[in-house]
Amino acid sequence: MALCAAALVFAASAAWSTGPGGTAAPVTPLRPVASFEGIRDPAKRSAALFAEAGKVIQSPRCLNCHPAARIPTQGDEMRQHVPLMVATDGNHGPRGLPCATCHGADNAPTFAAGIASVPGNAHWQLAPVEMAWQGLNLPGICAQLKDPRRNGSRSLDQIVTHMKTDHLVGWAWNPGAGRTSAPGTQEGFGALIEAWVKTGAHCPAA
Amino acid sequence: MEDAVKLKVNDKIHEIDAEPDTPLLWVLRDIVGLTGTKFGCGAALCGACTVHVDHEPRRSCVLPVSAVGNANVLTIEGVGATPIGKAVQDAWLQTEVVQCGYCQTGQIMQAVALLTANPAPDDGAIDRAMSGNICRCGTYPRIRAAIHAAAKQGVA
Amino acid sequence: MAGLTIDRRGFMAVCLAGSGGLALGFPLFAPGEALAAGTAFRPNAILAIGNDGAITATVPYAEMGQGAMTSIAMLVAEELEVTPGAVRTMLAPGDNRLYAHPVLGEQITGGSASLRGSWGPIRKAAAAARVMLIEAAARQWRVNAGDCALEDGQVVHLPSKRRASFGALALAASTMPVPSDPPVRTSGFRVIGTSAPRVDAAAKVDGSALFGLDVRLPGMVYAAVQACPVIGGKLGSVDAKPALAVSGVTQLVTLSNAVAVVGRHTGAARKGLAMIEPHWEGGSSTLSTADLVSKADAALDRKGATAYAKGDVAKAFAEAAGRFEADYRMPMLAHAAMEPLNCTVEVRDGACEIWVGSQVPGRARIEVAKALGLGEDRVKVNSYLIGGGFGRRLQSEWIVQAAMIARQVKGPVKVVWSREEDTRQDAYRYHNHSRVKVALDAQGHPVAFDHRIVAPPIMLWFLPSLLWKDGVDIDATNAASGPYEFPNLLVDYVRDDPPDGLLVGNWRGVGETRNGFVVETVMDQLAAKAGADPVDYRRRLLPPHSRIRALLDRLAAESRWGSPLPPGTTRGIAIQSGFGSHMGLVAQVRMADGKVRVERMTAVIDCGIAVNPNVVKQQIEGGLLFGLTATLYSNITIRDGRVVESNFHDNPVVRMVNTPKIDVIIIDSKEEPGGVGEPGTSIVAPAIVNAVFAATGKPLHQLPLPPSMVERV
Repeated sequence: MALCAAALVFAASAAWSTGPGGTAAPVTPLRPVASFEGIRDPAKRSAALFAEAGKVIQSPRCLNCHPAARIPTQGDEMRQHVPLMVATDGNHGPRGLPCATCHGADNAPTFAAGIASVPGNAHWQLAPVEMAWQGLNLPGICAQLKDPRRNGSRSLDQIVTHMKTDHLVGWAWNPGAGRTSAPGTQEGFGALIEAWVKTGAHCPAA
Repeated sequence: MEDAVKLKVNDKIHEIDAEPDTPLLWVLRDIVGLTGTKFGCGAALCGACTVHVDHEPRRSCVLPVSAVGNANVLTIEGVGATPIGKAVQDAWLQTEVVQCGYCQTGQIMQAVALLTANPAPDDGAIDRAMSGNICRCGTYPRIRAAIHAAAKQGVA
Repeated sequence: MAGLTIDRRGFMAVCLAGSGGLALGFPLFAPGEALAAGTAFRPNAILAIGNDGAITATVPYAEMGQGAMTSIAMLVAEELEVTPGAVRTMLAPGDNRLYAHPVLGEQITGGSASLRGSWGPIRKAAAAARVMLIEAAARQWRVNAGDCALEDGQVVHLPSKRRASFGALALAASTMPVPSDPPVRTSGFRVIGTSAPRVDAAAKVDGSALFGLDVRLPGMVYAAVQACPVIGGKLGSVDAKPALAVSGVTQLVTLSNAVAVVGRHTGAARKGLAMIEPHWEGGSSTLSTADLVSKADAALDRKGATAYAKGDVAKAFAEAAGRFEADYRMPMLAHAAMEPLNCTVEVRDGACEIWVGSQVPGRARIEVAKALGLGEDRVKVNSYLIGGGFGRRLQSEWIVQAAMIARQVKGPVKVVWSREEDTRQDAYRYHNHSRVKVALDAQGHPVAFDHRIVAPPIMLWFLPSLLWKDGVDIDATNAASGPYEFPNLLVDYVRDDPPDGLLVGNWRGVGETRNGFVVETVMDQLAAKAGADPVDYRRRLLPPHSRIRALLDRLAAESRWGSPLPPGTTRGIAIQSGFGSHMGLVAQVRMADGKVRVERMTAVIDCGIAVNPNVVKQQIEGGLLFGLTATLYSNITIRDGRVVESNFHDNPVVRMVNTPKIDVIIIDSKEEPGGVGEPGTSIVAPAIVNAVFAATGKPLHQLPLPPSMVERV
């Protein structure tokens, strides 16, 4: 007898990322800041802290909306957004089809067996073109984050605040049913970024 | 009626008895009784359920009714009363767009949203704003032509 | 039982709009035998003229976008000298005896045959009405009927200019003798051949058109359903509590292989369904697409039942100067119509009433009667507009499912399938494989064509009396050698049954779709082998002075075949004869970075008299885009016994942004009208694949195009 408990929302929705019968991967933990204290060299420690934070930065939850082209990607396999979505002039979609057409203030469950929820956040938008992460390696992303011309004129302290508290950043740990969470927690991620800045904001070697 | 909420549709207030997370689509169709808004995919992939919430396009199949708040929901049944809506519907008839017709109410609502935001879209702008709406009868070339025709009316 | 009685008088009273009038019932299969109705109502009225003057035509076919309502209104308007807009149309209820298609023998909308079925009978019915109205007026006025004519919904006595309205004459007309073979207009058409506006357009633009999903009845509840996701599996057990805890959910209903949650609105029902975790049992839980493909491949090595044979193929191969051989594979396809399957049913007091859009409403009635143990006359099927059929609604198992749910529910229940259910429980176009062997002479021209077809026996189940003969599926083997004349020909059919529990069926374009792809891509490979131009190569294999040869030449001219193209751009051609029409397509394709972009499609169709050229163009445009989706993307797969794809993200369709420029040219013709719903679909794949072949020099023998060649949008 084949017993197939069809947990409609979760098991079937995983078709989006892992295929039917698959289950969402458990949240990957992030190493705490304290675990890096063994690295004596502050620059090396700083780079290692950023590399750990990079597990979040380079997760599909973040990269999907930091695309190289002006077209977001979707899913853990980061395929092109369906339906076609082009940022055009702004970061909120073409005229007449804003992101908010489909993405509300919160994740919206579909109560269906395909895509379990449509992600949402009050500030849902594409990252500006200068903040494109797809196509960059982690050192490249690190350099971009530190560059005020490419990080929204933010100081490093403002970067820390942004990563620790921003609601849209926080969505990565509350991505809605059927979607893998970013590693760790926003708190843990914020702490890593804060520690990275405090240790001189050194970037990992290419 | 602990779930009862007030919902404004086409400038008329309705008392709705539904859980807050009920998609607006089903509230419109099954409770308010406006069946012009269609169900196609349930996951914002096809656009058949497009309505406007305070003049912005929304896929009602994934919009919880509680998220509407005090905003006005404009549906296909009400869009003809607006100048752009009327122009788009007329252009649809002139261009003989419809075949099975099932997706067309959503297409029209999306086209009105486009023309409201961009009164004179070129082919590329039309493609970008309309490619979230699926038509399996293949009326896309005529939809594009009808949007150009409606834009020429200059009501937007 | 009031309200659920099957009362044909009540039904007809609606369309007669009064107590008296003229109702002409023409069983469509016997167009010569008109039945006059006096004051008595005729249940099988195709055409009724009320004493208020209203002209009502009953459309025996489903309206799913193909324009059945419009073309029938036009045929009636032609004979009654009114505008098509003056003819009200209503969709016939399900009744195989009253509304059978003259060729198909049942009330079936399929095979692009609607207009071909109504072309004769409907015009005869309207012509009989015209004769009877004139006769009634002539007798009233004591004038010669030959001096009377119809004008603007009135009978006019031409010498005296005396006039009487249809409404005033309807009752008297109904007592006139019925002409056995009234003359119909055969030339000088006034309505036929014009692009009259579609009669269904306005309601579809303002949202008032009623599809099956839009049915609303007093006391109606709503159901969301899930059938066992494992092919052939059954429902084991299910805990109803999580569903019943959802506000608005009223009931959980189980069937042998499905579970349904009933609620006060569809939102509650869908949420309730999402909360339960049914345990399913049995079924083919290890089945995969690879198994089905291997099975069909193995079937290619078996000798099948002979479908066509001509000359001596063995001898031709033995003496051939060269030969060509290729195996073809086509995938499983879903219909993915925009309106997910839905059906509203009330079962009460030993009767059943159904509100649904079906391509086989008469058959649905019989199947539901059988499932519920009722007499056929205790089941009524009310017909509604269909939001895309494409062959899916030629099956009725979903209507039976709704009836089995409704039997357990108080009051009418609207059962609405999710998109996921619609994708995963489809009546799929099944795997189709082909093996083609061609014997060639020294110039590379074919002397023998041997086509082995591996396909499921759809017609054995669907229409055996007409389309299954001596172990051959006549649809699957149709057009297996294209429109060409081969001196030696062999087509054999190997039956390949799908696994138990996997429902397969008809898909837009039916046999022509599978065979057109095979034959027309073989043609281009043969032409390349012979060093010949694909158009020239085809031309010499076509009968001289044939419509298809004329079409090929017209297509070459319209597409500017052979004219220079920008670098990276190629053309591909395909032609076919089918559905009573002839069709050709040139697809223009640009290859960049290994990706195929279809830029332009130039189509020429000879469909005889184009009753409504606009509707013809719509059908061809739509058919082409339907075929384009299948060519680029469609591939339904099975893993662990379950259909993998679920919605438009993983079963993608063409969208506006990848819609090529399309030109449709209709050849002027005085021949009888042919079908136009399917030719557009069946011709796309070979034209595109031939264009890709022209670009790469590498033939493709399977569909869809390799994913590496296709950009997803």
